[in-house]
Amino acid sequence: MSMINYASREINCKLVYYGPGLGGKTTNLEHVYGKVSPDKRGKMVSLATESERTLFFDFLPVDLGTIRGFKTRFHLYTVPGQVYYNASRKLILKGVDGVVFVADSQMDRMEANVESMQNLYDNMAEYGYDVTKIPFLIQYNKRDLPNAASIPELQQQLNPGWEVTEARKQRNAPDPNNEGEWLVTQIDGTWVERAPFVESIAVNGDGVFETLRHVAKLVLKTLS
Amino acid sequence: MTGAGTWSLGESDYNRISEHLTELLRESDARSAMVVDRTGQLLANAGEALSFDATVFASLTAADFSANDQLAKMIGEPEFASLFHQGKKESMYLADVGRRLILVVLFDQRTTVGLVRLRVKQTVEDLSKLVVEMFNRPPTDKDAAKGGLLEGADDEIDKLFGD
Repeated sequence: MSMINYASREINCKLVYYGPGLGGKTTNLEHVYGKVSPDKRGKMVSLATESERTLFFDFLPVDLGTIRGFKTRFHLYTVPGQVYYNASRKLILKGVDGVVFVADSQMDRMEANVESMQNLYDNMAEYGYDVTKIPFLIQYNKRDLPNAASIPELQQQLNPGWEVTEARKQRNAPDPNNEGEWLVTQIDGTWVERAPFVESIAVNGDGVFETLRHVAKLVLKTLS
Repeated sequence: MTGAGTWSLGESDYNRISEHLTELLRESDARSAMVVDRTGQLLANAGEALSFDATVFASLTAADFSANDQLAKMIGEPEFASLFHQGKKESMYLADVGRRLILVVLFDQRTTVGLVRLRVKQTVEDLSKLVVEMFNRPPTDKDAAKGGLLEGADDEIDKLFGD
């Protein structure tokens, strides 16, 4: 739930990085932490097990700039990816303003991706939130690995789209960030919308800031 | 509702929260107090300057409260309305405010948990009334005329992200 604080002149928004275990969610935050100057970010906190698996969440506050005299402060959270930790994963989604789904592109992680995506939809629905109506972006991570699935394959499995019922949205919208892809189009007479996506190699930082900027912009536009 | 929505904290509400916190500190001899919302955002704090990152602290207190809420449900309680963490020198007391906010009080050996608990009760009552008022207030004509803070700011948002 975004909060506009007129006393401190800040706009605070909550972003959650979701996805299967070992997909790169924490790596995304670590890269942001390492690259943003210390005066623009807070301390990064990781509630992790001794083997560095996320137990509850990672948290990193980042200032992305000033707009109309208000600091835009984003609180980045990751969830624990392991199936076992669903109770704590659900808690982190409370009050979320934007979601990044970090998918593991490796072929043998497809099932884990699909299961995690289903889990996201289910957990969001329990709060009365609808993933198709909020700022939502998919990051296809680990694009450098030899066993990475192709983008059309990942799109088909994880981002098949949802029906567009609002008449004003029923028009072709090419994806400005991915040539040949679309965000809204007509398939067999039905208008379909897909979540935007970004390709990444989070361990090198490729696509990490592109993802953050993209979803942060979507969140701010919901306030405009 | 399809998302979590937005809410704003105006300066007069901020000032009223701060006044309640200052009064609580005066009466309880606690070191500092803060109000955090359920998503972990810090609204206001009063008392001694904090020697740690308040934003991180706020997010952890909200997570602490959420996790304990779930534990309460599992043992058949609707909620734990307050939590007490005792340290050797420093302790903290957390209390729910109208299911919307969390009041966090930090204190040391200069006072007792009994006194803090007693004074917190009154502050929670005062803040709960304020919360009801804040969240049920109909939008004023001024708000309607002003629209959203970022209304029509699409170009500025694009510029912020270098597009």
